[in-house]
Order: sequence, then C-alpha cells, then structure tokens
Amino acid sequence: MLEIKQLTVAVEDKEILHDVSLTIKTGETHVLFGPNGSGKTTLLMAMMGFPKYQVTSGSIIFRGMDITGLPLDERSRLGIGISFQRPPVVRGVKTRDMVSACLKERGGEEIISKLAKKADLADFMDREINYGFSGGEIKRSELMQLLAQKPELTLLDEPESGVDLVNIALIGELINELLEKDCPIRFRKCMGLIITHTGNILDYVNALTGYVMYDGRIGCEGDPHEILKTIKEKGYEECIRCLVREVPNA
Amino acid sequence: MPEIKSAKTYKDRAKAAAAKPAALGNDIDLSTYISSTEEQPYRADPSELPAQAKEKMLEAGVILDDISQRSGTFIQMDNAPVHSSSRQEGIEVMAVSQALERYDWLSDYWWRAVAVDSDKYTAHIELSQSNGYFIRTLPGYKTVFPVQACLYLSKVQLAQNVHNIIIAEENSELHIITGCTTASKEEPGLHMGVSEFYIKRGAKVTFTMIHSWNPVVAVRPRTGVIIEQDGLFLSNYVIMKPVQSLQTNPLAKCVGENATVRFNSILVSTPGSMMDVGSRVLLNAKGAKTEIISRTITTGGNIVARGYIEGNAPEVKGHLECRGLILEGKGVIHAVPELKGTLAGIDLSHEAAVGKIAEEELEYLMARGLTRTEATATIIRGFLRVDIEGLPPLLSAELQRAVEASEEDLM
Repeated sequence: MLEIKQLTVAVEDKEILHDVSLTIKTGETHVLFGPNGSGKTTLLMAMMGFPKYQVTSGSIIFRGMDITGLPLDERSRLGIGISFQRPPVVRGVKTRDMVSACLKERGGEEIISKLAKKADLADFMDREINYGFSGGEIKRSELMQLLAQKPELTLLDEPESGVDLVNIALIGELINELLEKDCPIRFRKCMGLIITHTGNILDYVNALTGYVMYDGRIGCEGDPHEILKTIKEKGYEECIRCLVREVPNA
Repeated sequence: MPEIKSAKTYKDRAKAAAAKPAALGNDIDLSTYISSTEEQPYRADPSELPAQAKEKMLEAGVILDDISQRSGTFIQMDNAPVHSSSRQEGIEVMAVSQALERYDWLSDYWWRAVAVDSDKYTAHIELSQSNGYFIRTLPGYKTVFPVQACLYLSKVQLAQNVHNIIIAEENSELHIITGCTTASKEEPGLHMGVSEFYIKRGAKVTFTMIHSWNPVVAVRPRTGVIIEQDGLFLSNYVIMKPVQSLQTNPLAKCVGENATVRFNSILVSTPGSMMDVGSRVLLNAKGAKTEIISRTITTGGNIVARGYIEGNAPEVKGHLECRGLILEGKGVIHAVPELKGTLAGIDLSHEAAVGKIAEEELEYLMARGLTRTEATATIIRGFLRVDIEGLPPLLSAELQRAVEASEEDLM
C-alpha cells in the first residue's frame, strides 16, 4: 500500500504542492488528471525522491515504511519505478545497458531480447538511450525498462503523450502487463499511479480511482471515467470552477 | 641505416629545422635526453623477451606468448629492433632499415607524408638515423589477423626515435595494432615517432594504437597519411594511462576520389599531464569523406582536443565531434574544432561539448536502482565505449578490453 499524507513540496524554495493526500492499495491503479502546470509531475517526482523536489511537510508511506527522507536510488530498489515523460539522452549508454541495469541479476540476454521484442524495440537495443527516439519509442523504452525492473509501485507520467494511435494500443498492453491487469485485483502485487492530461490512456488501461489536481492540490476524487467525461464535456475550466467551490483556499 | 636517395637534401633540411619548436605543445629540450644506438639481442621467438617487458607490452595490446592471432609482429626496444616476423603470405613486416636495403623504391616514400623539417622532432628523427617498422601488404592481400608492433622504451632518460613506413598496396587490407609503452613506472624518457602511411587505390588500413607511458615520459608522434582513390584509413588512438606531455596532430590527405578517413581518439588526462592532441584531414578529391571523433576525460590534467577538416573538392563530406568530460575540479579541456571549406557543394559539420556528467542523467540511472557510483561508472563506460565501424571484431574486442582495463583507475 502507498499512503501520501498531507504532502507539501517545494521546488527551489517555491511551494508547488500543498497538503496532498492519497492512498493506493495493493493491486489498484489510480489516475491523476489535471491541466498543464497543476503539479502532477511534481507529485510523481517527489514520490520517486528526486532531490530537486523538497518535501517540506507530510509523509510518504510505502509498504508501511516512511520513505519521505529516503534517497532516489533506494526508493527504486525498494520497488518504486517511474516512466518519465521526457527522459534525458545519455550518450554512450545503450538501451540494452539500461534494461540490463533494471534487470540486475534477474536475467541475461534471453530476457532482454524477449522484452525488446515485446516492446517492439529490437532494433533500438544497441542505440544510445533516447537518442533520436520518437515519442512512441521513448514511451515503449520506458515501459520496457520498468518491465525489467518489476516495481511494486509504478508511476507513469503521461504515458500517451506524443504517441500515435498505432503505438498507444501497444503502450496500453505494456502498462497492463506491468500492473498485472490480467490477474484479479486481489492477487495483484503491483499498484500504479498514472498521470494523464488527455485521459486517452483510459481507453486501454482500467483504473479504479481518479483525481483532479489543480494548483498543487487534489480537489476531486472519484470514478476516473466520470471525471474524464466531465473534463471532456466541460473542459478543465469547469473542473477548476468546481474545485474552487469545494476547496475554498484554492 | 642505408643511405637513401636525396638523403643529403633531407639531412640539410633537418639540420635547418633542428632547433625549430613545434607549432603546438610545450617545447622539449632534447639535450636533456640521451641518444643511444645500443644494439639489443635479436629474438627469433618474441616469447623469449623478458617477462616484465612482455607484461608491459600486453597492457598495450601486444601479445607475445601466443602469436597465433597475429599476422605479423615487430618489436623495437629503445632504438633497436629486436624482432620482426610475418606469418602470412603477402604481408611484409621488418625493420625499416632492412626494408631500405631491400627496396630501392622505398626512398620515394621517405618523408613524403610527413615533412622532415616540420619541427625539431622530425628533424631529430632524420638526423639520428632512426629505425622503426616497415609494414606492407602486397596488392590484393588481406590480413587475416592484425599485425602487431611494439615500441618499447626501457633505458632511463632515453630519446627514442622511430621512423615507420606503412604501405597498403592496391586493394589490400591491413589491420595493425601498435602498443607503445615503457619499462619503468617512474623514470623519464622521450618518445618521438614518425609514421608515414600510404593507402593505395581501393586499400583499407585500420590502425589501432594504445599508449601506456608513465607520468614523466614525453611523447611526440608525427603522423602523415596519404589515401588514394576508394582507400580507407581508420585510426583508433587510446591513451588512458598517465603521461607527462603529449602532442600530436596527424595529417591525412585524401588525394583520390571517394577516399575515406576516420580518426577516433580516447584520451584520459591525469593530474600533471599536458595533452595537445588533434587530427587533421584534407579532403582534396571528389567524394572524399571523413569523421573525426574524440572523447576526452580529465581527472585533473590539461587537454587540448583539436580537429581540423578542410574541404577542397566537390561532394566531400566531413564531421567532427569533440566531447569532453571533466571529472575532477581542476582539469581543463579545451576543444578546438575547425572547419574550412573552399568551394560550394561541400558538407562539413562539427559538434563539441565539454562539461561534467549531467545530474539529470545520473538521476535517470539512479531511478532505475543504480547507486550514484554505479550510475557514474555506467555513464563513463558509455562515454568511452568504442563502436568503430570497419574494425574487425577481434580488434574491436581487444580495444574494448584495453579501455575497460584502464577504467578501474579512472573510477
């Protein structure tokens, strides 16, 4: 289980997230909606433990352990994985090296080839990671690395952005595998939090709970399809008006 | 050394340039080094060389205990050749003095790719009757395994002078691995080497050079390459061990249509090292191509990483890439990429980047579970990785091993 309790996060001394709380139980997938600049990525980065995102109050509890002060790499080894929206190019480091680093001692060439085939990236394994990759290739590469890493908590930052229609179905398949969607929820060991601006990923991946984030606050929680319907029909502006009514300080 | 045609002219020119400092790099006072023409015993079987020497040579990629994966071997200790052999038909490997005796025509190649009066180092090499290796592939022959050569510096404070001639005759293929090293880890010395390469029509030469000196050795290689039509010259230069002072700036001239040159250099400069290393290519014939790539790392030393491409003919193409990593606070990397075009329709480009490892890249790897140290090592290993098109797998693997062996010192 993951619990975020009244989390406040600052970036370069500027408070971005205010008093954010949410709980994801083992086996569940939640979705975080919100307009650009609302603080969605900040939440994911703070959960992952990137040093630039300073937690000024509140806590992050993962599997019953307070990980709020734990460094990035330790959180990863504890079972938290992230798919970046715009990962950096690392010149000289090959896609194969990244997958191998994620696998650790869990597998060799055979598993790497299998994963590459699954993510349709067999021709990219000896290329420098993210160098000259298209939007879809970046997302598939991120998910392939996570499949190798096998995290218990998967954080996905806009997995469908910049992806064409042909690729989005494959992205959905990879996410479903990562989140063990073919297992009944009570047997799953994984949980996920997906950030989405458009909500298109919900056509391919089921989620139990949705949130809307606005100005660094979570103001709305409910059925993700209902929330998406409102956003699609009335736009984020209406959502925000509703949030402002519900959260007087927003 | 046998006298060669026009020797007097060369001697005169060398005498005139005997005090001429090099255009680049710090000046070296040659009078502080000793000259020696002391003979060394010739070894018919190179595995009989002293164990310590063999071990040092192995660090520089020269294998003497089992030469089954070498087409030929040449070993020079100080200024005396101690072994030369060829194990394959169509491949000639011998001391250049021996080659001058055998072939009258060799004088036509003498100082043709490198000017004798370039500086005091080339002049010194001419005036001190230097020996070196002669490696030649006959027309149409291809080396199955690489030819290896080692220039070994054993005498303290010695000035080692070497003059090498490499000829790949028409449509031949030659792979060379050269290791240059020193017996001592702490005694001073000076290595001066002229290498003249002649790549004939349709020939291919790969030249992989690994330098493994010590912190008080100074090194001044002088290299010239002439590439004829459809010829290919591929140079890989690796220096990851400490050196006091290194300055080299090979010049390759593409004189035939579609001639191709690639220079790859991996340089690591440790505290106290001064390196000024470049590559120059003149694209003088239609369709000639070049790529110059340098990867430099400083852990406290100074590096000037140069590159120069000049396009003087239609449809030529050149790309230059200088990338440098500063791992410790006090190191300096100065990248000097230069392009010169003298007519329309040429395609020359360059990219240069110098800096520390980006925090964003480290964090990306750490998000996959690597510690900061592991992430740093992975990025450095990637930075130094040499995937060289055209290099046979055996040489590629050996080059990779040499780089990996030195990575530990770096990390």
